[in-house]
Amino acid sequence: MAPLLRVNDLRTHYFGFRGTRVVKAVDGISFSVEAGETFGLVGESGCGKTTTCHSIVRLLAPSAQIVGGSIELEGEDLVKKSQAEMRRIRGRRIATILQDPMASLDPLFSVYDQVAEPAYYHQSLRGQKLRQRVKELLAAVRIPSPERRMKDFPHQMSGGMRQRIVGAIAQAGGPRIIIADEPTTNLDVTIQLQYLNLLKDLQRATGVALIFVTHNLGIVAKMCDKVAVMYAGKIVEMQSVRGLFYRPRHPYTKALLDSIPKLGVKEPLYGIPGQPPDLAALPVDCSFHPRCRQAMDRCRIEEPWQHNLNGDGNVRCWLPIDEEAAGRG
Amino acid sequence: MDRPLLDVRDLRKHFPVGGSLFGKTRGVVKAVDGISFTIKPGETLGLVGESGCGKTTTSKLVLAAEEPTAGAIEFDGRNLAELSRADLQDYRRQVQVVFQDPYSSLSPRMRVGDIIAEPIKAHEPLSSAEVRARVSELLELVGLRPDAARLFPHEFSGGQRQRLAIARALSTKARLVVLDEPVSALDVSIRAHIITLLEELQQRLGVSYLFIAHDLAAVAHVSQQTAVMYLGKLVEVADSLALCASPLHPYTKALFAASLPSHPDEAREEIVLSGEVPSALNPPRGCSFHPRCPFVMPRCSEQEPLLCEVSPGRRVACHLYN
Repeated sequence: MAPLLRVNDLRTHYFGFRGTRVVKAVDGISFSVEAGETFGLVGESGCGKTTTCHSIVRLLAPSAQIVGGSIELEGEDLVKKSQAEMRRIRGRRIATILQDPMASLDPLFSVYDQVAEPAYYHQSLRGQKLRQRVKELLAAVRIPSPERRMKDFPHQMSGGMRQRIVGAIAQAGGPRIIIADEPTTNLDVTIQLQYLNLLKDLQRATGVALIFVTHNLGIVAKMCDKVAVMYAGKIVEMQSVRGLFYRPRHPYTKALLDSIPKLGVKEPLYGIPGQPPDLAALPVDCSFHPRCRQAMDRCRIEEPWQHNLNGDGNVRCWLPIDEEAAGRG
Repeated sequence: MDRPLLDVRDLRKHFPVGGSLFGKTRGVVKAVDGISFTIKPGETLGLVGESGCGKTTTSKLVLAAEEPTAGAIEFDGRNLAELSRADLQDYRRQVQVVFQDPYSSLSPRMRVGDIIAEPIKAHEPLSSAEVRARVSELLELVGLRPDAARLFPHEFSGGQRQRLAIARALSTKARLVVLDEPVSALDVSIRAHIITLLEELQQRLGVSYLFIAHDLAAVAHVSQQTAVMYLGKLVEVADSLALCASPLHPYTKALFAASLPSHPDEAREEIVLSGEVPSALNPPRGCSFHPRCPFVMPRCSEQEPLLCEVSPGRRVACHLYN
């Protein structure tokens, strides 16, 4: 069976100063997402996570361009679609949940108007049917007394409730895939847990696939089936979530795992030295080598290609894979 | 050396809300409502809680940027309320702050050297050569090159800016630094550096920290004692490791359950709190946590539990334990 979404060698670059400065924000990434699966995209700010998401829904800034690769949704290449065709896909087949609910909700429209819009356009619901659908959607995201709350405006709701409304809007068009870009970063921890559980329940009920963009490995551990770690516009490692946590292969992944404090353990933390590289001046070698604990001569000369890990993902690193399996360096 | 550096007793800060110039106020928000804690020299107290629970108001009170409605703050054995103007200024020299966002806490129009020198000039009569020497020393202390003093903040990354903010906080030989979410605005790979730097500086200089954050794992890593705050009150205060090993108060338990697993197979007791933090304008009667508490008893809605010592060094405000 073909995957629901297949991104193949996607390259999205930003062109500044009349094309003289090229920022390779996304530089040849490939992954696929199956129906009903949760795919995690992890990395630090500026690594190209968000540009990847914007490329998929084709909502890039004017200075950005998809310069290569394909994005196949159920076999159709989204890169070749016109914006008019994309409008019929966004909301109906792919929906998004962004970080800040106050910025993604329109303060001038009631919750009803905003949740009803995708159902009105994409499912052509009208009148009582539309009203009924909005009520169901609000109930599904656990808004208490939806009949009354749908007349409210976003400012009358708390942060957690607003983000649940955004979740209801994302569901409204009946999409096959939801892209959630750091959806809980602005929420408090107990509300974050509520929201993550809610997304899981919605996924179980509707079979929608989730692309979860985050820098928080804890969220990955809780939510995802498969994870891709991004660094400087490339996927440096992709594995099943258990593979990633039990046997991280790429030194960057290992460093990330070692840098987070664990509850109740006072071990010293590992800080990754240096800074992420400038995406406008990427060297030809491995872009992580100046910060790597295990850098070798070869890493400074040649960019590592993708090595397959027997059936379970891939890694971009020169370190031999079997030595890796023997133990941590 | 057992005398605490900072002793906060039954501290309260209430804000009147609403009402026009002549009208009556509509209510009172009890942002901080009777909290007590101590910080020993060279130690760290972690303060955890969700947004709106009064963490930041507490830090403002400790920084003497707000006046408490009631209660006392004693620093080095002297009550803040009784300090003379000159003494209060000296208090402000000794108690400094590092804010969450190093992009807004450093003036973009000042050179780094001037930013760090500003508190020194305000508090100490040093010659400009001495100030320059101190600035270089401080930059090296936080792991930056002394020639960084000539540069402007925009020439630094987020992690480096936070180092600058730390250098500024330490510039007047502070004895207590309030760290208000010092790593939450930083990237994951940078957080570990800042946490490690703060720990090293504490060992070298013997400075105390009040570490305010919502990330339990980070708080427990940095601090000896952890205090959990909910709606203006402390619900549990304990040794950090003991707190991690066995949280007692239901809210602390819920916070731990809500903190994310470090592993896909980590078994977690799932306590999902229903509802959200109630309005501070109209807090529930009795225990303010009772409407969300999974272990609620009839008594909880009538009587407010007091913070009692349940074992040495461990205080809990919950009817389950007394």
